[in-house]
Amino acid sequence: MKRGRISQQGIVFVIFAALFAAFAFLLPGFASTQNMLTLLQNVAVLGILGLGMAIVVIGRGVDLSLIATLAVPPGLVLQMVQDGHSFSGSLAAALLLTVAFGLINGWLIAYAEVPALFTTLATGLFLAGVGQALLFNLDVVQWSDGMAGFERLGQGTAFGVPMPIIVFALACVGVAILLRQTRIGAYIYAIGDNPYGARATGVPTRPIVVLQYVLAALIGCLAGLVMASSVNSMPTRIFNSTWIYDVILVVVLGGIGLSGGRGGVVNVVIGTLLIGTMLNGMTIMDMSYSAQNLVKGVVLLAAVIADSFLNPRNEETAQQGDI
Amino acid sequence: MEALARLRYRLWPDHLLGEILSKRWTETAIPVIVLIAVAIALGRAIDGFFSIVSLADQARQAGEIGFVVLGMALVVIVGGIDLSVGSMFALCDFCALFCLDILNLPVAAVFVITLLFGATLGAINGFLIGYLRLRAFITTLITLIIYRSAYDLLIQDYSNRIAASFPDFPSWNFVGGGELFGVPSVALVYIVIAVFGHVFLTRLRPGWHITAIGGSRRSAYNSGIAVRRTIALCYVASGALTALGAVFFAARLGTVGGDVGVGLEVTVLTATVLGGISLGGGKGSVAKALAGTLIVLLVTNGLTTLSVRGGFNRMALASILLVAAIIDIRWLKNRTRIISKVYVSPTYHYLPPPPSTEIGGGGPFEQNDKLRDVTLIGLGRIEAPEDVILDRHDNLYAGSRHGDIMRFLAPDYEKMEVYAHIGGQPLGMAFDRQDNLYCCIGGMGLYRITPDRKVEKATDETNRSIYSVNDDSRLRLADDLDIAPDGRIFFSEATVRYEMHEWPVDGLEARGNGRIVCYDPNRNTTRTVLRGLKFPNGVCVASDGQSILFAETFGASINRYWFDGPRTGEVEVVIDNLPGYPDNINLASDGNYWLALVGMRSPVIDLAWRMAGFRRRMAKRLPLDEWLFPNINTGCVVKFNEKGEVLESFWDLAGANHPMITSMREHRGYLYLGGISNNRIGRYKLENADPNFVQYDKRWGRA
Repeated sequence: MKRGRISQQGIVFVIFAALFAAFAFLLPGFASTQNMLTLLQNVAVLGILGLGMAIVVIGRGVDLSLIATLAVPPGLVLQMVQDGHSFSGSLAAALLLTVAFGLINGWLIAYAEVPALFTTLATGLFLAGVGQALLFNLDVVQWSDGMAGFERLGQGTAFGVPMPIIVFALACVGVAILLRQTRIGAYIYAIGDNPYGARATGVPTRPIVVLQYVLAALIGCLAGLVMASSVNSMPTRIFNSTWIYDVILVVVLGGIGLSGGRGGVVNVVIGTLLIGTMLNGMTIMDMSYSAQNLVKGVVLLAAVIADSFLNPRNEETAQQGDI
Repeated sequence: MEALARLRYRLWPDHLLGEILSKRWTETAIPVIVLIAVAIALGRAIDGFFSIVSLADQARQAGEIGFVVLGMALVVIVGGIDLSVGSMFALCDFCALFCLDILNLPVAAVFVITLLFGATLGAINGFLIGYLRLRAFITTLITLIIYRSAYDLLIQDYSNRIAASFPDFPSWNFVGGGELFGVPSVALVYIVIAVFGHVFLTRLRPGWHITAIGGSRRSAYNSGIAVRRTIALCYVASGALTALGAVFFAARLGTVGGDVGVGLEVTVLTATVLGGISLGGGKGSVAKALAGTLIVLLVTNGLTTLSVRGGFNRMALASILLVAAIIDIRWLKNRTRIISKVYVSPTYHYLPPPPSTEIGGGGPFEQNDKLRDVTLIGLGRIEAPEDVILDRHDNLYAGSRHGDIMRFLAPDYEKMEVYAHIGGQPLGMAFDRQDNLYCCIGGMGLYRITPDRKVEKATDETNRSIYSVNDDSRLRLADDLDIAPDGRIFFSEATVRYEMHEWPVDGLEARGNGRIVCYDPNRNTTRTVLRGLKFPNGVCVASDGQSILFAETFGASINRYWFDGPRTGEVEVVIDNLPGYPDNINLASDGNYWLALVGMRSPVIDLAWRMAGFRRRMAKRLPLDEWLFPNINTGCVVKFNEKGEVLESFWDLAGANHPMITSMREHRGYLYLGGISNNRIGRYKLENADPNFVQYDKRWGRA
């Protein structure tokens, strides 16, 4: 980013700050510590998913199957424990499923060269189908006694901070270290910036792409476990919702371009905070769900339009296939 | 064995595979094959799947979704994506029912208003993406959310009133459930729109602009296409098409449930990609959109009919999508590679052992050194003079590689000027009765340069052969010409399968790919008169004025074709089994003919021509540089008479002074020599030649 230019993440941050200030000023109880924690807790799962999406998007991909990995492997844990298997065994099985799923995604995208958008659309559908047809008895998988203690991941607190926030923070640190401090992270940025260039310079692009999708799947699974433990069940129908669009919005609004190679964990945090603040403020204002969505959409649109005016695209440098 | 091989290559059309594969429509092959496989599988699994009722119902749904897919296809081809179609669909559905049930508008008005409403929704997308240049993915993602929440808010207020009314207009019912000749109304409209869409995308300027922008936005912008407006209009069209689908949906079901259009964007996107319309733009057709729509619809409906559990339904759909996508992507990626491997399809070609050219061997082809000391014109200043010609003022004309016809001025030929700039490489040349210079231009066709140096196109296409897979109407390699007494121009086209620079590959193939074409300047018509010739090259009107002599380079023969008189249409061999590859033919002052042999045959090539499999393996496995090609380095000029007897030959053994001969022209006692890979023109003093001979003055009776 050139100096003197306001980047998209800057714009989104300004909007976030303005909204935050306005809500704090106008809405009674918004700025309280308790409300802040609620706010963060509500968006923690979204933020964790955003981290998974960020890894993939930075590498010039997209993962629409995140919601399926959020729903199915954690649902499998709950179902297996319900059926009398040990908790650790169930967890291992779920992780195995997640890794296998990530590998399939990555293989299809990196080796079979099916576009990521299409691959993850189809594999997400497939995984949801597997869950629906083979794994779960009911759409909502219930908590059972074998899981006792594990609900602290979603409901417990540490140092007064709810666990989901802690998990989100830890995940942020982990992903930040991966992206900024390791060779793999540098490779991911290189692939996102110019996949052919990266390949020509000797980056093992295909294995790295596979790794991206495995990591995304694992992070999706983690988000699912947090979610399940905070509501004591796994509503697998969540796959049918439009949640995945929220995840993409978090990532892209924060300033991680869909064309890859740009942005980082900070952007996910900013995007998550903006969405969280808006949703929280509107909930306090007692707006209906649809109205909230409408306002959310308009604000997001404003942010994207502002970005296009401050950072106009150049026909000369627009990348081919960059949608 | 060899007889068998000859029979096999005569009867089996090897070249068709490569030609079929290089057709654009074979890109659609995979989606269509998948569609047929799915249809057969479901037809076997489900009783009555293909009954009239079932088909009509399928067609209705296909039409509704099909409109949306067409819109999405348009947007994807232009290089974008429209995720908001599902929400637009819901809003348009609401709009139609609101107008009909609550405002009680007539059906026609409902149609118009809903279409305008859809176009407006699309225009919002189009304005944001086209003019403000937002990213399509994120923008339509946001409008998806906005439109959807607007719909949710609207139906909270109106859904009960809409659900309570039962509109009963014949016209509205016809839209929803009517049929004409057993074809549902929606399918009829879809057919009309699809046919228009096909013509629009493949034949009309705006359609080409759309494909161009999708193919390379930058190049489209630089070449002056209104990129922003075109992109914006594509989204408008997507909105309008979605609205059209929604009107039929509204008429069929009449509901505004909360789940109308939810996830439609996924279905539509799947259909689009499955049909082979690649994300990223530049590739796609209506046929692909249709194939994709039908596959998705058949699979989902078929699985629903089979009443499998929802999960299996999803698994099956996802698997089919992935497998089809993988095959399609592999196919598209490797298609050009496969084409380049199978396009060259050598065939059996037998030539008897050539006559001797040995020194001391006797015979007319005996090598000599007569051309050793030809004087040179334009050495180092002209490139690739394939043919040379002189006017009655003795000025010398020759083509050049740079797309010019150069003129060397008499008497010393020192001064050189560009006589005419054409743009393609000039090959054979001839003067007509009015002193127009007709010239065959490689890759462009037949051109005419008037005496005041104006360049005019005579013809660049001929009638298309009905049974040819390749479109052979364009002239690819017009080569040499001559002009009949009535003004008709007969010219050869060396090959219809290769471009000019690939002409040696045609020799490797040794199939009769060439033809003789006749252009009639009086009626301005062009017809192919002879087909299936092995690289026809030199053309010369014979002295009877009723026939032409033409050379078949890789057939090593001279033939005669009668275009007039009692033997019209007949072809006769004049000379066969030449020791070299014949090129241009021209008149000699004594009534005989000059013939250039561009290269001499070699036993290796003669043998290879009898072994088609060997040459095919060579073309598949070796890089182009290492292929075995006919020799075109050493040649000679021979003179032959009307009966096909070779009288004498002129050689240059060293080949240093004038290395290659593709043509020769006699003029006032001299023989002028051209060669397509030379940087000079040769001039040879003939003994006992008519010192006043000017070829085209004699032909047109002015001498």
